[in-house]
Amino acid sequence: MATESNNEVNKIVDHLFRHEAGKMVAVLTRIFGFKNIEQAEDIVQDTIIRALETWKFGKLPANPQAWLYRTAKNKAIDLIRREQVKHKIDNDLTILLRSEYTLSAAINEMFNENEIKDSQLRMMFACCHSSFTPEAQITLMLKTLCGLSVKEISSAFLSNEETIGKRLYRTKEKIRSENLTLDYPGADAMVSRTDTVLKTLYLLFNEGYNSSHPEKLIREDLCEEAMRLCILLTENPKTNLVQTNALLALMCYHISRFNTRLDDKGFIVLLKDQDRTQWNKFLVDRGNVYMERSAEGGVIHDFHIEAAIASVHANAASYEDTNWQMILQLYDALLQRTYNPVVALNRCVVIGEIEGPEQAITQLEAMKGLEGNCYYNTALGEMYLRAGDSAKAKQIFNKALSLTSSHAETELIMRKIKSCN
Amino acid sequence: MQHQSPEGMQAQMQKWANWMTELGKKGIMVGGEPLQMSGKQVTGAKKVVTDGPFAEAKEVVGGYLVINAKDINEAVEISKGCPIFDVDGMLEVRPIQKMDM
Repeated sequence: MATESNNEVNKIVDHLFRHEAGKMVAVLTRIFGFKNIEQAEDIVQDTIIRALETWKFGKLPANPQAWLYRTAKNKAIDLIRREQVKHKIDNDLTILLRSEYTLSAAINEMFNENEIKDSQLRMMFACCHSSFTPEAQITLMLKTLCGLSVKEISSAFLSNEETIGKRLYRTKEKIRSENLTLDYPGADAMVSRTDTVLKTLYLLFNEGYNSSHPEKLIREDLCEEAMRLCILLTENPKTNLVQTNALLALMCYHISRFNTRLDDKGFIVLLKDQDRTQWNKFLVDRGNVYMERSAEGGVIHDFHIEAAIASVHANAASYEDTNWQMILQLYDALLQRTYNPVVALNRCVVIGEIEGPEQAITQLEAMKGLEGNCYYNTALGEMYLRAGDSAKAKQIFNKALSLTSSHAETELIMRKIKSCN
Repeated sequence: MQHQSPEGMQAQMQKWANWMTELGKKGIMVGGEPLQMSGKQVTGAKKVVTDGPFAEAKEVVGGYLVINAKDINEAVEISKGCPIFDVDGMLEVRPIQKMDM
């Protein structure tokens, strides 16, 4: 029983952590300054640990969010009262943080809903500063704003924890040595820096949608975080660009299928077998609304094409009614803009639908660099199965099996292997 | 202050924050702290220590602020924005005595 209730606490804290940690780190970094981001992260970490320790022995507080904020505020005030920290703070809040007259009120004010949003926007831009490589920008955002662990980031990047840890360390060194701040970018840099922010949100969404974490194929909360941050961008006229709306449309279309992607046992249901009456009509409609808004400018972004592909699927009455020719054209357009092996892999699956499995096998086998990828091998095995070569299919499915640590994916591949007999 | 509701106290603190931010932006604010209502008094060559609160003092000093002003008149004008008047309080404005030797 005790273990069960501890698990319950861990689950809620994990969800809260991702949902609230990003907000708290953003606000506390706004207070302490970008160069003192580690102090902000330490306070959030301490707050979460404190919550775990306190909550697992008693009842959860009525409002866990308020509990977290109050604890974080108190820790922030304690830290600022220590002289050495006070003198390290150098921003527009300094005057308020220096005097007891205003210290506590100022900290409280920063945890108001509007200020939290403002801090998150500032943080999004700060993470995307031109001093950082694109990888570093994305890593820092996922770590600070989205509450992902180093382990989760490393799997999103198909990298390892050591590499990500080092990357974060170098990024923070740069913040200090170049004295970077949380100021908004100037008008000239607004669009390019918003684009980088969007790329990060796209990656975050994929991390949630195609999670490689065992036993949790669908991390709905990660997708929600990405959508929430993207909506935050549409609420500010400076960041409400056509590509912002295109990305949001893409997210709506994908997430509309959430409830049908797993069966009641937690096993994967493929697109072909999903119950389309259970797709979330509201989200498909929202997707169509954002898609229309994304068309209001002359700019075509990768997100427009990807959203269009998702739109064809989301608006098709059945799998058989899917306009595969249209999807193929869209994939070709996407690949023409930038070559991406995962996009090329998906295109091969479409080729399988239009021209048959043999043609898909030829194209898949001509591809390089994905031999160690679970999805590549699953797709290739499927094509061999459809082409009637079950022995070869079985062999390739077995290879795919060795490349995943996810229970749901393992179960799906096992089902495929069984159908080879 | 202690007779106010938490909501009222928060509103009052917000006024202080707004006022001090404004002074900070204008470069007027140097610093300052609120003081507790009790403390110790140390008197005379024998340094006699007695406990506060200081009953003989008509008004207890609740805090201090150091500001930049060109003269006492400007300082008085600035002081009129102080939220202490919302609770019917009082303040005293005094120039810093330069100790030229």
